[in-house]
Amino acid sequence: MEPIIIEGTPKTPTVKFDASAGIFEIKGRSIPENSVEFYKPLVDWLDGYKEAPLEKTVVNIKLEYFNTSSSKCILDVFKKLEAIHKAKNEVEVNWYYEEDDEDMLEAGEDYESIIRVPFKMIEIVE
Amino acid sequence: MSFDIENYFKDQGKNNVILFYKGNVDSDVINHVLDTVEDKLVQGNEQSRLRKKVYNVLVESLQNLYHHVDKVPPDFDDQTSEKFGMLTVQKVDMGYKIITGNFVHAENVGKLEEKIKRINRSSHEEIKELYKFILNHQRISAKGGGGLGLVDIARKTGNKLEYTFREYNDEYSFFCLNILVDDRDHV
Repeated sequence: MEPIIIEGTPKTPTVKFDASAGIFEIKGRSIPENSVEFYKPLVDWLDGYKEAPLEKTVVNIKLEYFNTSSSKCILDVFKKLEAIHKAKNEVEVNWYYEEDDEDMLEAGEDYESIIRVPFKMIEIVE
Repeated sequence: MSFDIENYFKDQGKNNVILFYKGNVDSDVINHVLDTVEDKLVQGNEQSRLRKKVYNVLVESLQNLYHHVDKVPPDFDDQTSEKFGMLTVQKVDMGYKIITGNFVHAENVGKLEEKIKRINRSSHEEIKELYKFILNHQRISAKGGGGLGLVDIARKTGNKLEYTFREYNDEYSFFCLNILVDDRDHV
């Protein structure tokens, strides 16, 4: 599978989905007005990956900001990962948040309570 | 019955205004406002916790306007703005006030007010649960909104949503939402 590599902009995150390494990363700001347009290709790509995933997939989410419209799309990404996990493959989500950013920690905990995939909350200390 | 909405709006927040905007709320305007306010928060040496909350609430307020505003009344002087809105960002003692203003069609007033009242009578825990419920169960609407903006604002600020509807004419009201983003712990 071709990897997805998207450079970040002030309103959209940097994305690196590398199927051969099983490492997926979303990083930066995700605050576009039309988040579906941005995330749909990622969700579709995950549908392809889901057919033949690696034994272990690691997902790193390092968001500084995300809007509520992105929050639904991010849930869609996690739902694909949940399906991969359910098919007896190892999936691990690392949710990064800056040390004083309780809102970002809580957002990670929201997903953790909805999605049946192991989450690790990782505090970034400056 | 129509009135000068600009004066009315400006009365909602007068002192220490760091940004005022009125006109079309499109993507470029949103970018520009976010950049401007972010620079001012950095210049003002605000703690990153408050800075992030203000930025988040500003994103949701602007995108609420972007996704949800109704068309302006036919006698209103600005007929070219497809998504007409007003915004004031004001520095106050404990933090910042973000005030938005927009027209709401009479038939949509009740639904919006009911939504705000529901949020305002909820505890912080209930708002968290409501957020998760909407996140998990409601699809993104045709307008592009997720139905989460106001809930998110209430959750992140921990404050009640202050608002007014003022009747503009039989068909339209002018809606002002006055959000306090402060640095207190609310939990």
